[in-house]
Parts: sequence; structure tokens; C-alpha cells
Amino acid sequence: MRASVVSVAIAVAVTAGCDRGPLADRARRQQSLGNLPADVRPAPEPPPQFGIGRVASDSEVAAWDVDVSPDGVGLPQGSGTPGQGAAVYGAKCASCHGAGGEGTPVAPKIIGRAVRDSFAFGRDPTMVKTVGNYWPYSTTLFDYVRRTMPISAPGSLTNSEVYAVVAFLLAENGIIDGTAVIDSLTLPMVRMPARDRFVPDDRKGGPVFR
Amino acid sequence: MREDPEREQEPAGEPTDPAAKPRLTRRDAIAAVAVTAGGAVLASVPLAGQSRAPQAPAPPPAATPDSVTIPADPTRAPGPPTSPLGVRSPFETPARTPIGAISGASMTPLHKLTGTVTPSDLVFERHHAGVAIIDPARYRLMIHGMVDRPTVFTLDDLRRLPNISRTVFLECSGNGRGAFRTPKRDMTPQQIDGMTSNGEWTGVALTTLFREVGVRRGASWLRAEGGDAARLSRSIPLAKGLDDAMIAYAFNGEPLRPANGYPARLMLPGYEGNTCVKWVRRIEVTDAPGMFRDETSKYTDPLANGTARQFSFVMDAKSIITEPAFPSRLSAPGWIQISGLAWSGRGRVERVDVTVDGGRSWMLAELQEPVLPVAHTRFRLMWQWDGKAATIASRATDETGYVQPTLAEFRDKRGAGTDYHFNYVRGWLIGADGTVSFAVEG
Repeated sequence: MRASVVSVAIAVAVTAGCDRGPLADRARRQQSLGNLPADVRPAPEPPPQFGIGRVASDSEVAAWDVDVSPDGVGLPQGSGTPGQGAAVYGAKCASCHGAGGEGTPVAPKIIGRAVRDSFAFGRDPTMVKTVGNYWPYSTTLFDYVRRTMPISAPGSLTNSEVYAVVAFLLAENGIIDGTAVIDSLTLPMVRMPARDRFVPDDRKGGPVFR
Repeated sequence: MREDPEREQEPAGEPTDPAAKPRLTRRDAIAAVAVTAGGAVLASVPLAGQSRAPQAPAPPPAATPDSVTIPADPTRAPGPPTSPLGVRSPFETPARTPIGAISGASMTPLHKLTGTVTPSDLVFERHHAGVAIIDPARYRLMIHGMVDRPTVFTLDDLRRLPNISRTVFLECSGNGRGAFRTPKRDMTPQQIDGMTSNGEWTGVALTTLFREVGVRRGASWLRAEGGDAARLSRSIPLAKGLDDAMIAYAFNGEPLRPANGYPARLMLPGYEGNTCVKWVRRIEVTDAPGMFRDETSKYTDPLANGTARQFSFVMDAKSIITEPAFPSRLSAPGWIQISGLAWSGRGRVERVDVTVDGGRSWMLAELQEPVLPVAHTRFRLMWQWDGKAATIASRATDETGYVQPTLAEFRDKRGAGTDYHFNYVRGWLIGADGTVSFAVEG
């Protein structure tokens, strides 16, 4: 899904001022006014930048940027195994997601594979999405757990605890071996069962319903 | 919600000259807007110096708000004084429908609203880790990644930059899920489609911020992150950022409400609500999407052909009749007004058709001008009801020629198990007794 939509041309358009923002609107309006009274002159042209805001330091960016990408960029040091993850899961996750990842009224099912890895969600309203049958990228698991879980104390797990619980979920979903070690090198190599099921949006308006 | 009469406050802007206007005492104010702790109705207390108003019979209980005294004759006694904040008439009690705790939602009471603007306190909510409470003095927006000048903006910085205002709708792409999965006759427009709201958003165009930071060649995506406990993240094509995206800090003329992203959120006109990241604190300019939870395991649309549509950003054309609708009831045959809302994330609503015969024939509804692009559009049609059972429905067409599909078309293309973007035609059954119920299709 690497975007072909946008391009160098658009980036150039921003710097050249060809965008549709308020500055362009203003310029158009001033041009359309024609001859002005003698005591009225156009407002000064805005500079390329107003110079508002301050530089973000590398450490500030690093402190906030916890994105983990499918290619593994952003994954930190640390590692975990399904066995270690079972303990983390039992202590931090099971109370909401259920001891077997079966879900509870307050949190969804997260463990389970479809028969023959069918992806019949569109046809079958009874199918329940899980990590094993729906999530296309293993890295999303790390990104999401580290950001958000446990829901009552997000950000409270160490990176190795996150690796461990991710390893546990991948193993319980039958995606990795129960003895695998998950870290910044191995996680991006884990291929998820639903990896190839996602397609770009082909809706584009017009008379054809898609 | 209502004023506390026990708390005395100097009204702002009160004239200091006592002769400037008749001055009501605090006691008078209490008498006129008598709010009781237990919610009991107080008797109307005559104001000092006035003759006693004739006693009228007590209004029927059903019409009596339980916390405010309604004078028997409002022309015979002055009303309450000015107040720091407006409140609704005690006879009007629209409310959202809060459900869920940490990850929750509430819906806009569409059937209690007219026109097109959603009052700020009735805008729908959808949170993934509760409502973030953010001190504006500590708010920061960081823009980094493929930029020349990674920059931190304070809220004051954002307010110094040229702002823009635009009236657009915001709709959760899960709007309509309940009516699709478990339709019931007694669903209101709020329960069916209440996760859409409309109003004037004010903020800084993302293009303005991009000038400040200098977007580098090769960039093609943005990744926006919220400052809530979900750190909710979405990837957005850079093209949208260069088109009409803004960092909004106000709605309907005042700062955003916390539940809607205070102090600032991303606003992407026409895109599904989840992408309009609330409490936005970080935008990374990149060349690939992050594949975050909310663009993979959620907010993707399974299709009948065994795939799932990803990055399905735009909200397609949709409409719903909000009156008559459950729970209202037609009192008698004769002329009635059919009225509702239509909208499209792809531009202006071009046309709304209304049927009163279950879709066999359609009539052109009148659209309230101005019809704004990507905004709720009010439609109406006068209909002479003959007192017989009927099925009414609306069908929107947008400026691209897109026509709101039928439920059958929707199920055929997307599948019975699909998710998100439930924009098919909805209808209402009018009973011969005047009752109105949601038209549940088989």
C-alpha cells in the first residue's frame, strides 16, 4: 500500500505556494478587488514561513515517536518468549480478554484461527475477528500493545514485557512456535495469516456502487 | 447542567447604574428559576411589589419539568435575569446516549434537531480510552519526519497562524452498525445514525503548518497521533493534508469540547471520523502508512469476495428522514412535512428523492440553501397523508453522481458480514394509526 497517490509534484506545490490553503484564497481575493481607494493598499505578502513554533529536538521526537512500522523500524531493544508472555498475559491481560483470549464483555476475543484460514468475514456476520484470523501485520501488535495496553495503565509494560506478550499471542494463535524468541529482528519476519487479504479502497464516487 | 441558585455570582456585564435597567434581586431570581436539590417542583413565588398573579390550574405532570417553576402567566411577572451561560428551555431535554466506559460512544439526537448545525453539547462522541483532559498551556503539536524543520507548536502558536473556518459534517464510519446488525422497529434516528454531527470548525490549514516545517520531496503519507490514553494513530495520504485538512481548535465559535478533541484535533473533511484524530499531538510526515491497529484490525471493511477494504476514508452519500420518525406519531391525515438530513464526503448533495410508497416512485425534495460541500444538508417535502399505511424513505445523490444504494445492493456488494460505511437507504413505516416505526427490511 505504499502510496502512489502523492508525489514529488505535490511536495513542490506546497513550497511553491500552489496549495488551496487560506494564503492562496487571500491572494485570489486581493487580485479580484481591482482598483483600490488611494488610502488602501494590499496587505503585505506573507513570507514563505512565519517562523512560528520552535525546533523539535531529536530527544523530544524520540520521546514521543513510538511508531512501529511493518518493516520493523521503531522496534526497541528487548525480547520475549511465549512462555514469558504467558505470565505477563495472565497478570495484565486475562482479566479483560479472558484466560484463553476468548474475550469478555469488556474486551474482544484475540485468540483464534478460522477454519482453513477462511477470510469470510464479509459473508458471515458471525465470524469474530482475532489477531490470528484478521490482523495483517505482526508489528501492529507491538505498536498497539505498547501504546495502549493494559487499558487501565497504558505505557506501564517494559519493552521486553511487550515482546513477551506479543510472542504469547502469536504462539497461541498458532503463528509462531512456542519456543520462538521475539525481538526487533524476528518480529517483522512473522507473516500473519491474513496478510494478503486487504485491498485498496476502490470506491471513487460516481454512479457505480462498490 | 442547570444553574445552581445557591451560588451567587456577579453577572458579567451587569450595568453598574441601578437605573440602567430594573434590577432583580437574587431572591427574585431564585423565585423565577426555582431549582431544587431533589428536583421537586416549587410553587411559583410572586415577586415583591407585584400583584398576585391569578392562580392557574397546575399543568399536567407530563408537561412539567421537575426543576423549574413555570409561571401561570409569563406576562404577569418578570422572568429571571441574565445569566453567565445559556441553558435550554426546561421543556427541551435533548440528550446523547452515552454507552461504554473507557472505550465508549454517545450519539447525537438527530430527531430532536432542526436545520443543519449540531449544538456543541450534542455532538456525538467516540473514545478509545476515555476523554483526554488536556491543559491548553501544556498542549504541544509536534510535526516531524520528512520535513526540513521538525517543529513544536504550542496552542498559542497555532492561534497566531492564519486560521480558516469551514462547516462540515463529521461521521463515524461505524455509524449505522446497530441498524444493520440488529435492526428494531423502535429505533430512533439517533439510534440508527446518531454518530454524525455538523458545524463550523475553525483552525489552521495543514498546508500553513507544512510551510512552516517544509515538507520534503518523496513524502506521501502522514501519521497522526492523539494525546489520549489510546495514543490513537492513523495514517493519512499526504494528498489529503495538502488539500483541505486542518488542525481544528474550535467548533461552532468556541474552543473544542474535551470530548471532541480539546484543545486541538485533526479535521479531514469527508473522511471517516476516526481519522480526524482528537487531541492530536504529533504528525509525522512519512513515505508509508504505519499500519496501526485502527487501520488494520479496525476501520477496514470486509467484503463479500473474501477481502477487506483498507484505508476506506471517504464517507459516501447518505440520508435519513428525521421527521416523521420513531417515536413521533402522526396525529391526523392531512399535510405533513417530511424532513431529514443528507450528506456526502465527496462534495455537495445534488438531490434528495423521497418515496411515500415504499420505493415504487420518488419525488424531488427541496434542499435548504446554501448547500455546502461535505456538510449536512436539510431536505424537506410536504406530503398529504391519506391516513393509510405507508413506507417513506429518502435517497441522496451527490455531485459525483453517486446514488445512495438500497439495502439489497449494499448486501450484494459488501456482504451481510461487512463492517463500516453503512450508507444504504433507510425508511420508516407509517401505520394507519399514525405510528411511525423503523422500516426493518428482511
